[in-house]
Amino acid sequence: MSAPRMPDECGVPDPFPYMHPVLKSNFGQWSYHDRPRPGVLRHVAKNGDQVWTVRAGTQRQMDVYTIRKLCDIADQLAEGHVRFTMRSNIEFMVSSEDKVNPLIEKLTAEGFPVGGTGPSVTMISHTQGWLHCDIPATDASGVVKALMDELHEEFVKEDMPNRVHITTSCCQINCGGQGDIAINIQHTKPPKINHELVGNACERPTVVARCPVAAIRPAVVNGKPSLEIDEKKCVCCGACFPPCPPMQINDPEFSKLAIWVGGKHSNARSKPMFHKLVAAGLPNNPPRWPEVSAAVKNILAVYKEDAKDWERMGDWVERIGWPSFFQKTGLPFTKYHIDNWRGGRVNLNASAHIRF
Amino acid sequence: MAKKMHDTPNLDQLEAGPWPSFVTGLKRLANDNDMMVDLLGQLETSYQTKKGYWKGGTVGVIGYGGGVIPRFTELMDDNHKPIFPDAAEFHTLRIMPPAGNHYTTDIMRQFCDVWEKYGSGLIAFHGQSGDIMFQGCTTANVQPAFDELNEMGFDLGGAGPAVRTGMSCVGAARCEQSCIDEQRVHRTLVNAFLDDMHRPALPYKFKFKVSGCANDCMNSIHRADMAIIGTWRDAMKVDQDEVKAFVASKGRKYVVDNVITRCPTSALSLNDDDTLDVDNKACVRCMHCLNVMNKALSPGDDKGASILVGGKRTLKIGDLMGTVIVPFMKLEDDDDFEAIEELAGEMIDFFAENALEHERTGEMIERIGLVNFLEGIGVEVDPNMISQPRMNSYVRMDGWDEEAAKWAERQA
Repeated sequence: MSAPRMPDECGVPDPFPYMHPVLKSNFGQWSYHDRPRPGVLRHVAKNGDQVWTVRAGTQRQMDVYTIRKLCDIADQLAEGHVRFTMRSNIEFMVSSEDKVNPLIEKLTAEGFPVGGTGPSVTMISHTQGWLHCDIPATDASGVVKALMDELHEEFVKEDMPNRVHITTSCCQINCGGQGDIAINIQHTKPPKINHELVGNACERPTVVARCPVAAIRPAVVNGKPSLEIDEKKCVCCGACFPPCPPMQINDPEFSKLAIWVGGKHSNARSKPMFHKLVAAGLPNNPPRWPEVSAAVKNILAVYKEDAKDWERMGDWVERIGWPSFFQKTGLPFTKYHIDNWRGGRVNLNASAHIRF
Repeated sequence: MAKKMHDTPNLDQLEAGPWPSFVTGLKRLANDNDMMVDLLGQLETSYQTKKGYWKGGTVGVIGYGGGVIPRFTELMDDNHKPIFPDAAEFHTLRIMPPAGNHYTTDIMRQFCDVWEKYGSGLIAFHGQSGDIMFQGCTTANVQPAFDELNEMGFDLGGAGPAVRTGMSCVGAARCEQSCIDEQRVHRTLVNAFLDDMHRPALPYKFKFKVSGCANDCMNSIHRADMAIIGTWRDAMKVDQDEVKAFVASKGRKYVVDNVITRCPTSALSLNDDDTLDVDNKACVRCMHCLNVMNKALSPGDDKGASILVGGKRTLKIGDLMGTVIVPFMKLEDDDDFEAIEELAGEMIDFFAENALEHERTGEMIERIGLVNFLEGIGVEVDPNMISQPRMNSYVRMDGWDEEAAKWAERQA
């Protein structure tokens, strides 16, 4: 028997063999850029070279037919090189302006919306959901498809005060990440424990250690080693579920969706910000999650109307204040908005600064 | 022709609308692919019951301990047989893309051919981890699929308690704001720790993310254990003719409202002749004015990177931002790249030895304090590491004279 093939531990590939030739020849030598229209970037190099980038939305989870169609478009109407943004938009680079419009027309005709640049609502960064995750309370691709259908106009235009990054997460670990708007699962009941299975399926000390509020302790139930939860302490985060699947946290009725706003990765103007809770209790309602769409569109409409140019969602709320935010959006302000996590007191108003 | 399709009334509703539909893509694959027929059956079941039905397991390739995400169905009939047998195994291969996500159509087509041969035909560009996700593979096909992708020059990414797949922005390849060679930083760091990626043995995950400027398009401060962010330390470049042209086209009010008063440290002033004054000592390199007046303002010449450590998402103690541990380091010649690799090595070694199981770097720092971490990796304190000094007097400071002397020595 021959020896098995051992991997070639080649690591991260060198991008230069795949890079558009104008990008390669002007590497590190760019001067400025502008946006001739939504969905198109024009970069100008110090030597006068120019490259146009046409950005289009994709469904991220792509079948080989879709990928080959995008490759055909890149070969026929662009120059055979593409790249992806971290929000799963595809970018086609071309070295002459006359290729831009035919490319836009073809992409649009084939159902790939051109946009996602500048002050637009770009593609939602999301997780795996029911398609592939082992701990999801909801879907990801489907939620995003449903929302992007609703937000399509805002993707192809640049009508927002500044860029809007939306994320979704199908458990409370929030793999989708921080966002101007984050749509995240929020469990509202402690896990239901299958005591028959815990002893064999779970490494109990690991599960006890995983709980952020020390609400889990070892127990013997019906003569079998298991775990029990102090339900008064439990914050329903679901952290115990991945290491111990018999502690089922997902519930078709009680796993709700919450909306958070004002997260920002960029250091521009203000320092990076975390998103903050604004709405919760929204039903997990496939296949189109209409309650979530309505809530997101409401927040976006108020932001679009009220924020100044260049204000990200978080910058805007800092200017107008949270009382105005809740008033303008019509969202209820509740005791759950008041932070009681460790260190959370810094989020309280320790001043006489009051907005009326 | 594949087997008969299952009814998918919920998923069918996701075929309508202007955004590209993943359901339409899955159905097209299902025309001649039994795995996809059954995947659609399981996914439709989730849409009806609002429950997930995948569990993990152990699947890998010879020589590696991670990089494959195993998925086995949990939807069983009364005889414990899978209800959707052709999608009973639906594993993902995480493959690292070229730094900056550049592709030729040729390589994309080769990916499609490999995945049509061994997998479901479903590929995600890209997952939140930064990997190309080749989704839907039987246990038997994982090894031959990897072998072909590996022969093409592609390698598995990270999963589990390991160095994870890194990310870097388009950067110098197409962005005038790039202050470092992002792809080189990315490749230098990840490729130096492939053993820690492919043989997971760390307390938990460790991520590198590289952004060429403070716009941080890679979200590195929020998400990376080690964030490398391009910056500069000399004066920003101002093309005063372009400033005047910008003021002429946008108007003075626009410039005052959107540039001057938006500067977080009041470092900008518009002169009476419509040129711009910059107080470069006050400027924090936030990038806002460069974003707005893109043609007129540019980073300086003395470029390098700031390094922040300890960003992460919610689990377990709540979200943490990265914090500065190196305000500035040059990243130009081979020695500079050796230095950053060495620093990363010190951090990973310290993390491996000192973090608790399932504890991220940021949580470890929260537990032991930044100073212990800095002393562990051999980095001196710097006032750029803090927002403000300590506000609580309950601290033992009998080493004051010695520490003050160290500061004086470093200033000399």
